[in-house]
Amino acid sequence: MSLLQTNNVVKRFGGLVAVNKMTFSVDEGHIVSIIGPNGAGKTTFFNSLTGIYKPEEGEILFKDHSLIGLRPDQVSARGISRTFQNIRLFGSMSVIENILVGMHIRLKQNALDALFRSKKFNEEEKDAEQKASALMEYVGLKNVGNELARNLPYGGQRRIEIARALAANPTLLLLDEPTAGMNPNETEDAIKLFRRIRDEKGITILLIEHDMRVVMGISEYISVMDYGEKIAEGTPQEIRKNQRVIEAYLGRDAASSKD
Amino acid sequence: MKTFFSELFKKANSGFWPIVITLGFLIVGTISVYQSPRSLSAFLTLMLCPLLLYFMKINMKIKIFIGLLLIIVILPVLGIRNIFYLEVIFQMAVFAALALGLNIVIGMAGLLDLGYVAFYAVGAYTWAIFGSKQLSLLHSIPGAAPAGAEFTLSPTYFWLFLFLGVGLAALAGILLGLPVLRLRGDYLAIVTLGFGEVIRVLALNLDKPLNLTNGPQGITPIQRPPLPPEFIIGPIRTLLTPIVGRPPTDAEFYNVFFYFIALFIIMIAIMVATRLEDSRIGRAWTAIREDETAAIAMGIPLVRMKLAAFAAGASFAGAMGVLYSANRTFVSPETFSFLQSIGVLTMVILGGLGSIPGVIFGASAVVILNIQVLQNFSLYLSELRQSDAVIPIINFAWKDLSNQLDPAKYQKLVFGIILVLMMIFRPSGLIPAERRKRELVEEKE
Repeated sequence: MSLLQTNNVVKRFGGLVAVNKMTFSVDEGHIVSIIGPNGAGKTTFFNSLTGIYKPEEGEILFKDHSLIGLRPDQVSARGISRTFQNIRLFGSMSVIENILVGMHIRLKQNALDALFRSKKFNEEEKDAEQKASALMEYVGLKNVGNELARNLPYGGQRRIEIARALAANPTLLLLDEPTAGMNPNETEDAIKLFRRIRDEKGITILLIEHDMRVVMGISEYISVMDYGEKIAEGTPQEIRKNQRVIEAYLGRDAASSKD
Repeated sequence: MKTFFSELFKKANSGFWPIVITLGFLIVGTISVYQSPRSLSAFLTLMLCPLLLYFMKINMKIKIFIGLLLIIVILPVLGIRNIFYLEVIFQMAVFAALALGLNIVIGMAGLLDLGYVAFYAVGAYTWAIFGSKQLSLLHSIPGAAPAGAEFTLSPTYFWLFLFLGVGLAALAGILLGLPVLRLRGDYLAIVTLGFGEVIRVLALNLDKPLNLTNGPQGITPIQRPPLPPEFIIGPIRTLLTPIVGRPPTDAEFYNVFFYFIALFIIMIAIMVATRLEDSRIGRAWTAIREDETAAIAMGIPLVRMKLAAFAAGASFAGAMGVLYSANRTFVSPETFSFLQSIGVLTMVILGGLGSIPGVIFGASAVVILNIQVLQNFSLYLSELRQSDAVIPIINFAWKDLSNQLDPAKYQKLVFGIILVLMMIFRPSGLIPAERRKRELVEEKE
């Protein structure tokens, strides 16, 4: 049974069809990648999944419930967390607070608890703080809890974003180009981290990625998009040999002259 | 130069120095205000104490003791000798509460609200209408009130209306919030500015068909809450008589009374603001300010949180509105002009957007500047004008100085200059916001 299933999703911006009849599924426990040239509609597709855009047509099912018409916060409450292509941290909040914001939907305290510092509030805050610290360590950050998020180096910010997304206890984690701008060592670490997230926490991962080493290294399944459409899907081996994919990436002429 | 001062501050803030300096200011300030109740510098010396208490490294218990001594004993006693000081502190408390409320909306949630004073008006008119004779004058023309009209409610209802004012202002906050939820930045600012004006114009024009607000003439008299009973006041009066030099009158007691109510409300406001800031709700507000898209993707319900910010911010203004109308026994639409909103905004920006101690300091500084420093400066200039003094070298006689040059008339200019200078030199305010440092388990390694 697939965890996420989309049928014929269409997203248009005026005359431009950014996502065209995307039919796509992610099985529980898998790491699935979407690849494609710049402007292929990958991020738009992500935004349609998470409720930031409303697709014009088609259906999106998550755990057999439709996500169409839900607001991003409601989608997040259903168990889908995400990171962003261009890091979107809360820059002037501390690292630990960033992760605590990720826990927003899990915390049960209300305004009165906060005003009277009820027992429930204190316990929950302490517990949340500990969990946030643990998450920070899980993604490989140490002793930076009180730093402002914007003061961290690039790789660190990527990690916080992932920790923040994990803080919501998601079933499905969407990563939008998580290794963009990383050096080979950092990329290596990131790949390990993604594997651990899947293996240890059992979270299904869907990622958009350009770095072929990452994609081929960890995906069980790959979908390729070009001009808003899915042009191929399959295992890494199948994708590597697929003629249409090679054309999309290298251009028709280059692809044919290669032979 | 800068390092010299920071070194000096470091030295002054270690060992036994903090307590010596703070007590020194307290004692010198108290004595000099007692000796010359009209001196501005004496009052400023005393007013430095709370600031020192905040910055200096002193044992928390001693800090609280000195603070309470200052608030409960020294200031009221000195205040009875010169009522004006109580008025200054009352205004400081009122504006500090307004600044704290606006700080929730602008500083924490990042929603630029230029019509904030509307909520202050809602609170003020709530008690003004029910705490005056207005309800029995509903069918009369403004200015032609028949004699013998009765107060509708007894003055003790003031306490109930303090809560009603909070509730109504919060409701007004939500009503304003609903239509502007989709707007950000400049657009939001324009709409809130409009809303502020709508409330003021409503107050101006709701004298017909039913005379609810008495139009531009405003409502007066408004009742004050009754003083505490004689068995509390009596002993205090006997105690104060030798210090003040005469038995304090009821009017003076009223000033002390309002001073305490204002302090009580500001304490609650500070507590509410700090506790909300450091909770799930406060974090959600800050997240929205930092990045709306990321915040909503993290599961924060934008609509509910923005409305909560508007409501919480407005409620502070509502409480102070009720208190203000009772204190002045008079409200009129004039008080709630757009410039008043800008004034509160100046306080927030001067102190530091998002910084609770900052905005309190900002409010105090602006109030003192406004009603003391500028006034004193005006007074000084007019004295010079009447004297025969001449500026040497350029040979300018002070009495030729134009009457137009009256610093008290340049309030708005001063506000403007403050805002511009702050934006250039210290955009994060005099006491910038800081994130709370947590003691994290992982750091104990």
